[in-house]
Amino acid sequence: MTIKHIIKSSVVGLKTNKTRSALTILGIVIGVTAIIMVVSLGQGARNLILGQIQGIGARVIAIVPGRIPKGPTDILATLTASLKERDLSTLKRTEDVPHAEEIMPVVFGSETVSFEGQTYRPTIFGGTELMAEIYDVYPERGRNISEDDVRAAADVVVLGTKVLETLSPDRDLLGERVKIKGRNFLVIGILPKKGAASLFNFDDMAMVPYTTAQRYIFGIKHYNRIIIQADSEEHVAATVNDVKAALRAEHGITDPEKDDFAVETQTDAIQTVSTILSALTVFLALVAAISLVVGGIGIMNIMLVSVTERTREIGLRKALGATNRNILAQFLLEAVILTGIGGLIGILLGALLSFAISLVITNAFGLLWSFTFPIFAAILGIGVSSAIGLIFGLYPARKASRMNPIEALRYE
Amino acid sequence: MPLIVVEQLEKTYSEGDIVTPVLRGISLAINKGEFVAIMGPSGSGKSTLLHILGFLDTPTAGSYRFDGKSIEEHSEEELARVRNKKFGFVFQAFNLLPRTSVLENVKLPLLYSGVNEGEWDALSRQAIGAVGLSHRAEYEPSQLSGGEKQRAAIARALVNTPQVIFADEPTGNLDSKSGELVMGTIQKMHQERGHTIILITHETYTAEYAERIIRLKDGRIESDTKVANRRTGDSFVK
Repeated sequence: MTIKHIIKSSVVGLKTNKTRSALTILGIVIGVTAIIMVVSLGQGARNLILGQIQGIGARVIAIVPGRIPKGPTDILATLTASLKERDLSTLKRTEDVPHAEEIMPVVFGSETVSFEGQTYRPTIFGGTELMAEIYDVYPERGRNISEDDVRAAADVVVLGTKVLETLSPDRDLLGERVKIKGRNFLVIGILPKKGAASLFNFDDMAMVPYTTAQRYIFGIKHYNRIIIQADSEEHVAATVNDVKAALRAEHGITDPEKDDFAVETQTDAIQTVSTILSALTVFLALVAAISLVVGGIGIMNIMLVSVTERTREIGLRKALGATNRNILAQFLLEAVILTGIGGLIGILLGALLSFAISLVITNAFGLLWSFTFPIFAAILGIGVSSAIGLIFGLYPARKASRMNPIEALRYE
Repeated sequence: MPLIVVEQLEKTYSEGDIVTPVLRGISLAINKGEFVAIMGPSGSGKSTLLHILGFLDTPTAGSYRFDGKSIEEHSEEELARVRNKKFGFVFQAFNLLPRTSVLENVKLPLLYSGVNEGEWDALSRQAIGAVGLSHRAEYEPSQLSGGEKQRAAIARALVNTPQVIFADEPTGNLDSKSGELVMGTIQKMHQERGHTIILITHETYTAEYAERIIRLKDGRIESDTKVANRRTGDSFVK
């Protein structure tokens, strides 16, 4: 008995009970659709987020104070003041870190900004004139923070659009003065609207010289980050090592385990975000997979009905020379065809819905969302749904194959 | 040597504590090419005997040798192969697959036969032609008359050119006219193609198409006689 004929006979069987067949595979269709959608949308979200991380630039290295937390309760480890001015001067010595092209200390925190009675609490981001270049945020109007501003710890600020709109919905603030911590800051620039999906939400930021932020806003002497831009992507790894060596020497650390700072690169960030997103996608796909199991039980149920209905056919086939294995193969294949078709429909439906959603996200939210068809998930979907057919078809098929031909022929 | 040799065959069905003997020691021999009718009232064990002879059931005691080989020597798979290659079955209820053409129904035994698929069509059409149903080859069972259904079933039994055709009350569901036509067809297959035929019936009229009648009663052979005045069927195609 060839597969071709088994397929033919099961197609006849499926056609006779069109509605029943359709309802039976619905569970599988929904399950596979859900898996495809979760994976496809997960991929889209990953591309979006990773794209934004990449927007920071592959040459950027961030030095973070404190050691890497050893566990969830070790959060205090990150709250240290271990990055000081000495470190900055060390790193600026070119012989120690030869490939560091730009170095920028960063100070940030939350503080209230007010204008004519309106107040708002954005992120105060203290940096240097290099901020615009490193993060690719140039003021839309006005000017960037200058070297002189930094040197003089000038009271100047560049505002994000959300800060501007909240403080003064009707009037432009360029050239006006806003109050931060009781001091008057001259608004020298307005940032372009970047959208809320940015890794740093520049819309919700007020950028000031780091010297001003240290001295007049936060009253600290240390930095929250030191940002280094390597002269080329190839030198990033070497620069990371140079930075570590230089800072260890400066801090008198011999055991790398006891580092009181951490060095992060774009690659690290991509890896971290990637890991989180993968875990999330797998988790959601597993949840979706539960519906496949439920679908499988539906298949088993209907296959049992079909075996009972076709008892006489089974008896006849046995009388005509079908072996137990022939009958087993026939019913097993029927179940697999049923779930396989369900899987195929699910893949098409899932891809279609994901595509529609990607269109909605792109058009309605203005995000750079790319639709990806998850080939791996599609293969997996077909594989898993066929496997479900095999597993849940086995019991009914065995029942059919073990029927006594005489009793089966007599069955009314 | 006879094709079928049965000695002291017994079959008992037990359900829980209740043991029902159906065959109580049957001995008979059937030669190749014979046309035998097995008769008896219901409960006489004739169907059980046919099932055992047709390798669909196994005896409780006694021996059954087909073509020199004992039934116990066959594995489950071999029993299926013998049923497929050497036996053909015709049932009272036709047992044709619904929504499947006569041609496809007749092909069914070939599916399990190992015969090259290229020959299936020709073999099936030949068998359909032999029972005079060529004009109905593409019809589905629901479009056929009772007699035509049974002749389609006979074509299915013939398609693998078996040695023995077992017919279990083939006219039981037919009117007398169709019944005569079906019996004429079976008789023709016996005469022209030399199949050994074992027929089960409870009507003397139908049994008289055979050469020999074995009567069963309560699981034993009551009589085993040659038919003096054989009925010759009116074969539909000359």
